[in-house]
Amino acid sequence: MDHHLILRSVTRLLVGPILLYGLYVQFHGEYGPGGGFQAGVIFAVGFILYGTVFSLRRLKAIVPDWFIMALVALGLLIYVVTGVVTMVLGGNYLDYNVLGLSPIGSQHLGIISIELGVGITVFAVMMAVYYAFVSRPPSLDDKDW
Amino acid sequence: MELALTLLLYVALVATAIAIIFMRRLFAVVILSGVFSLLCALLYIVMDAADVAFTEAAVGAGISTILMLGTIALTARSESLKFNPSKVPLGVVLLVGGVLIYGTWDMPNFGDPTAPVLTHVGPDYLARTPVEVDIPNVVTAVLATYRAFDTLGEVAVVFTAGLGVWLLLANGTGGATRRRGDQQKDGKN
Repeated sequence: MDHHLILRSVTRLLVGPILLYGLYVQFHGEYGPGGGFQAGVIFAVGFILYGTVFSLRRLKAIVPDWFIMALVALGLLIYVVTGVVTMVLGGNYLDYNVLGLSPIGSQHLGIISIELGVGITVFAVMMAVYYAFVSRPPSLDDKDW
Repeated sequence: MELALTLLLYVALVATAIAIIFMRRLFAVVILSGVFSLLCALLYIVMDAADVAFTEAAVGAGISTILMLGTIALTARSESLKFNPSKVPLGVVLLVGGVLIYGTWDMPNFGDPTAPVLTHVGPDYLARTPVEVDIPNVVTAVLATYRAFDTLGEVAVVFTAGLGVWLLLANGTGGATRRRGDQQKDGKN
């Protein structure tokens, strides 16, 4: 897409704010609308926009395949381990009250922890699906659209 | 004002759906389905369901549009099917649509305070969240605390789906086939 000057300039301006907004939705999900799921999607959209307008090669130089696949598993692992930790500390699975702070503080810690797991897995899965689709040889030329 | 806005959004929604039916260029169809999702998100906002609207806008209008465009790039640009004036599909659509509309007669009206969803666990969550969790967004409290086990299941589903797509479409190896694809794609970009 070398000849799309406007697209490239707008993308340069937009990628930063999109990623920042994704982080905002992730860590502000308890106070406003949103949470890990939406944040993961928005964060992935920032990267996907970059990869679509510039090139897949440049995107994969920043976020390689193996890194994405590691994150896919890491997010779910954070969630599961949070539950195991509460069990080890003597509570039920995902019963945050035993996490050691005040009852409310423990709840907040638990929510932040699992929302982080949700966000990481959703981000990585969106990237993995995007990679899986666009890594195959396309049958259409840029001008054919 | 709210009624006029809702009506306008519904008219635009139906118009978009009809346009999608008659379009033959798949690029236009994909963009219009993105518009359809965005209109749905606006409707959810009017219904005060901000979290759902957020998801619809990000997933429906954002990611799915990109993935559909990626699919078009791999397959074809326009619908190859000729218009087939068969009566059977029309009959099936009318029958299923009629059954669905019949099913909505039993549903409570929008915002009905005696609706089952508002009389069982809903008030309980609303009353307990400020005391037990103390966060303003009750949706997050329900998803991440009271129903944390359900959310774990959802994340596992997303994980499995991503893994499945990756194994099926990326050839599972990260080997020669995909790298050759990258070079072709990058050469064109």
